[in-house]
Amino acid sequence: MAAVLTRDIVKTFGEVNAVNGISLRVPDGEFMVLLGPSGCGKTTFLRIICGLEQQTSGDLLIGGNVVNDMPPRARGIAMMFQSYGLYPHYTVRNNISFPLRTQRMPSQDIQKKVDWAAQLLDIGHLLDRRPRQLSGGERQRVALARALVREPTALLLDEPLSNLDAKLRTSARQEIKNFQQRVGLTTIYVTHDQVEAMGMGDRIAVIDHGRVRQVGTPTEIYEDPADLFVATFVGAPPMNIVTHNGGGYLGFRPENFLPRDMIEDGGATEFSFRVDRSEYLGSERIVYGVMDGFDSKQPITAKLPPAHVAEGSIRPGEWHPFAVKNSALRHFDTSGNRSSRH
Amino acid sequence: MAVIAEPVAKPISRYRFILDRREVLEAVLVAPAILYVLLLVGLPLLLAVYYSLSAYTIYNPTWTFVGLANFEQILQDPTFLDTLRNTFIFTFGSQLLGLVLGKFGAFLLLQPFPGRKIVRALIILPFAVPVALATIAWQWMFDSLYSVINWTMIAAGIITREDAPNWLGNPYLAMLCIVIINAWRFFPFAIVIFLAGITAVPQDVIDAATVDGAGFWRRNYQIILPMILPIMAIGLIFGIVFTFTDLSIVFLLTMGGPGGATSVLGFAGFQTGIVSGDVAHGAAISLFMLPVLLVVVIFMLRFIRRREI
Repeated sequence: MAAVLTRDIVKTFGEVNAVNGISLRVPDGEFMVLLGPSGCGKTTFLRIICGLEQQTSGDLLIGGNVVNDMPPRARGIAMMFQSYGLYPHYTVRNNISFPLRTQRMPSQDIQKKVDWAAQLLDIGHLLDRRPRQLSGGERQRVALARALVREPTALLLDEPLSNLDAKLRTSARQEIKNFQQRVGLTTIYVTHDQVEAMGMGDRIAVIDHGRVRQVGTPTEIYEDPADLFVATFVGAPPMNIVTHNGGGYLGFRPENFLPRDMIEDGGATEFSFRVDRSEYLGSERIVYGVMDGFDSKQPITAKLPPAHVAEGSIRPGEWHPFAVKNSALRHFDTSGNRSSRH
Repeated sequence: MAVIAEPVAKPISRYRFILDRREVLEAVLVAPAILYVLLLVGLPLLLAVYYSLSAYTIYNPTWTFVGLANFEQILQDPTFLDTLRNTFIFTFGSQLLGLVLGKFGAFLLLQPFPGRKIVRALIILPFAVPVALATIAWQWMFDSLYSVINWTMIAAGIITREDAPNWLGNPYLAMLCIVIINAWRFFPFAIVIFLAGITAVPQDVIDAATVDGAGFWRRNYQIILPMILPIMAIGLIFGIVFTFTDLSIVFLLTMGGPGGATSVLGFAGFQTGIVSGDVAHGAAISLFMLPVLLVVVIFMLRFIRRREI
């Protein structure tokens, strides 16, 4: 296991800058999530780390050694692919043992290692099957076992849950996270799903257009977004952004935008809010509308607890006094970066 | 009393909607194929079996039943055993060479280079040129006096004029020649088969193998090749069946010579049955293909089903 460090990695395909200077430090044993929209360069960045792509410029260090010119097999990194990339003509046992066979490990040792990995992921009963006879969740575990069996320096995961159905995804998320904590493996996990990112990452790197916009713990990313992109990319519904009369932008999370009388006294900013539409989602009620005196590209959303706000009290077309605690207001300058004042 | 115009009752033919009935339509659509197989494949086959059991010649067209006498006579003929051996060498030699060339070509064509699309189109040419034209061109290459290959090698100083090989005059070289020509005809087909197979292997699987530490050779022989084996086997079945029954190259280039060294089953059957008019023995010779091809096809199809992934 080892720390992964990148220094100003750039990758261009012809004219296109896929990765635009990413510097990232992933300490030993950390679970780092790369979060970003499709086509932001996160998968290319991952492929550069494992050696499937060669960076145009920049340095890549694994365990303190520069590995820029090392082939994938010399880097000791394991990767799990979106569609798992299992070898369809091999049994599960031979799939898992493949990385060991490429290292010409003696066969008794291979046997031991495979049994260890199979037990770790609870797939001992599947060893003689072929990938096509497995369910999606089982395939994922086999892919994970294959990635872990040679005790890699780091584990890279490229949207590993996107092929699972919603229910399985929740449990698989739990499994991967538990597993990573138990083994203490340096892990870099690529996803465009913010729920996965928030739920699993020790830290999150938000990436857009080949650049890191912000690196931080899930709390930091959510509570203190570094710029408008992070603010609107993370959170569902996203942070409300309105143009501020003093220049720049004002942001606040929908769950902090509440009817005036629900906020206890203390510093709060009041707004007049016209309700256009409301959605009841069981645990919450999402209300869409506009704010008097503020411009916004998106409708303003408020996330209200249904237990506190009765159906009849907020109707479409009505104006209501709403407010946001001053501590929950975020200021951004005209270029979209977080400004220091609160 | 209001007059209500009554529609004239048209007599509806019971056959009017006959094609709407699924079983009828199915039968109508499949009938041409069945007729084709029965009349142009089944009937000649049965006829061949019957001829081979009779004493039928064009000079004495009697249908006298002679049992397996024709087969016994053929098997006692040493030249026939040579023919059988030649057929196997010709078939498997050219398939092997074609597959190797095909794999090599497919890998070259997977590399990006300027003009790749044109080369991909041109590579199909040997497959598309009529066999007669192609063989005549090759005849010139292997000619005893005007051989292009010999001329080139002499000019390059590799050999002298005195020991220039007589390609079609030497029994071993003649066999090599027909193997080369057939492989040359077959390899574009092999390239297409390989290209289809290799491009169908998911990139994730190849990437996974790379990250798992497999180098170029291991990726090729432990991952890609096993995965494209079923489609390769289909190509090979076609190649074997067509080559085993082929007589055109031999007929045009060597006429089975020198001294029967390149005589193959199709050619021998044609010579005996049609040219010499001994239909009964010709049919018996041709029928020797049947068990061999049957075994090859059954073996291959079983193999494919087992390897299905």
